[in-house]
Amino acid sequence: MLHIYCPHCCECREEEEFHVKGQAHIARPLDPEACSDKEWGEYLYFRKNPRGLHHELWVHAAGCRKFFNVTRDTVSYEIKEVYMIGEKPSVVAQTDSAK
Amino acid sequence: MQHYSGFGLLKHSLSHHENWQRAWRNPTPKKKYDVIVIGGGGHGLATAYYLAKEFGVTNVAVIEKGYLGGGNTARNTTIVRSNYLWDEAAHLYEHAMKLWEGLSQELNYNVMFSQRGVLNLGHTLQDMRDIQRRVNANRLNGIDGEVLDAKQVQELVPHMDCSANTRYPVMGASWQPRAGVARHDAVAWGYARGADAHGVDLIQQTAVVDLIIEDGACVGVKTDRYGEIRADRVGAVVAGNSSVVAAMGGFELPLESHPLQALVSEPIKPVLDTVVMSNHVHGYVSQSDKGDLVIGAGIDSYNGYGQRGSFPTIEHTLQAIVELFPIFSRVRMNRQWGGIVDTCPDACPILSETPVKNLFFNCGWGTGGFKATPGSGHVFAASLAKGEMHPLAKPFSMFRFHNGALVDEHGAAGVAH
Repeated sequence: MLHIYCPHCCECREEEEFHVKGQAHIARPLDPEACSDKEWGEYLYFRKNPRGLHHELWVHAAGCRKFFNVTRDTVSYEIKEVYMIGEKPSVVAQTDSAK
Repeated sequence: MQHYSGFGLLKHSLSHHENWQRAWRNPTPKKKYDVIVIGGGGHGLATAYYLAKEFGVTNVAVIEKGYLGGGNTARNTTIVRSNYLWDEAAHLYEHAMKLWEGLSQELNYNVMFSQRGVLNLGHTLQDMRDIQRRVNANRLNGIDGEVLDAKQVQELVPHMDCSANTRYPVMGASWQPRAGVARHDAVAWGYARGADAHGVDLIQQTAVVDLIIEDGACVGVKTDRYGEIRADRVGAVVAGNSSVVAAMGGFELPLESHPLQALVSEPIKPVLDTVVMSNHVHGYVSQSDKGDLVIGAGIDSYNGYGQRGSFPTIEHTLQAIVELFPIFSRVRMNRQWGGIVDTCPDACPILSETPVKNLFFNCGWGTGGFKATPGSGHVFAASLAKGEMHPLAKPFSMFRFHNGALVDEHGAAGVAH
């Protein structure tokens, strides 16, 4: 059971109140019509799936229903940082790849 | 290879079973192979077996970072079925089903394949319409299937609560009589023994730490114990760690790795002689030959490589099982574990060429890889032998996520694998 700090409610709550929405910081292409099939497919489906630090989007679904970002270790499941949408993470992996 | 038989068992009993030949060698790898298979789970070992046995490529190494069949092969709930909706998926899983049907004889190893049938329950009108559609599609593809009503389901599984008093009453089910369960470890061991007998080197306790890429082509792997090992072709069959190996090749896959948990109860007397799965109340259960109930459900929603998940997922699973089987409410659970499954956006696998030449991936089986083990190994071996994807594998290219030709099996795959 993860205990997650909601930066909007300013409280730690149990995992069941939250939904994870996958990789954070995915920008929608500014001009989708101009995308090649490859670019659009990668925007829709291809994900970083690191063994280690992962930046992900969560929503406090059974609470304030607001979104925020979490940096979490995908091996130990330890939450390293919680930060607001639009902010940059301060905890980042040494290499930005799935290695 | 020592042939296993009843007579052999008798003969060895005279020497107190102390002279059995080892099931496979423990070799030191050569410097160069025709094909390297990364990952010694069920799919990887099946790939190596069929490469050597059917496609004449015997200069093969399987490189496994732990021990053979120690990952998801050892962690699944052993259900085998082929009742998938779309033609591409149905053909692939039915190919596997046909291989399952002769597998124990083929491998001279008892994989305990038991065709006790699988029920996929429907609890809503829409469930029943989807079941009708899927069973019709299955029959057109030559896959056995029947639509049962609640009364017929009750006759098959007398201990299940099929009354109208439950929150989501059972309205009916799809029934695949040829489906069933198999002994997961025996599948890995049988393939390992067969592959070894045909000359495949099984290299255990050796992790691949990088791929050797020259001029855009993969020419081998770097390992932690034996340094560089070269190969003409490399096939990665590493399930939950596929994204990690893909990153070594410098590309991403449309995969996310999640924990999938399962659990078994204490052994009880025979109570359930088939497999019951329900997408709607979200759980599935069968009873092993030992007597324990084998129970599973959905993945933990977050990405994870830790081979364990969260308690609420187990709680939801057991709520579903007790909803279906109130008789199980006081059965105690014995063991619980997690495996790392690589889920694909369309719930279908990836059997594919990659942006790196001579590097092939067999991954993305998500929550339902075990049932496909023989078929996956067979078509992937054919692809590695020829350097070109087998016709059954072609629809499962990773590039389908660029051109949009997805095989959307969420209907048939959903949760229940």
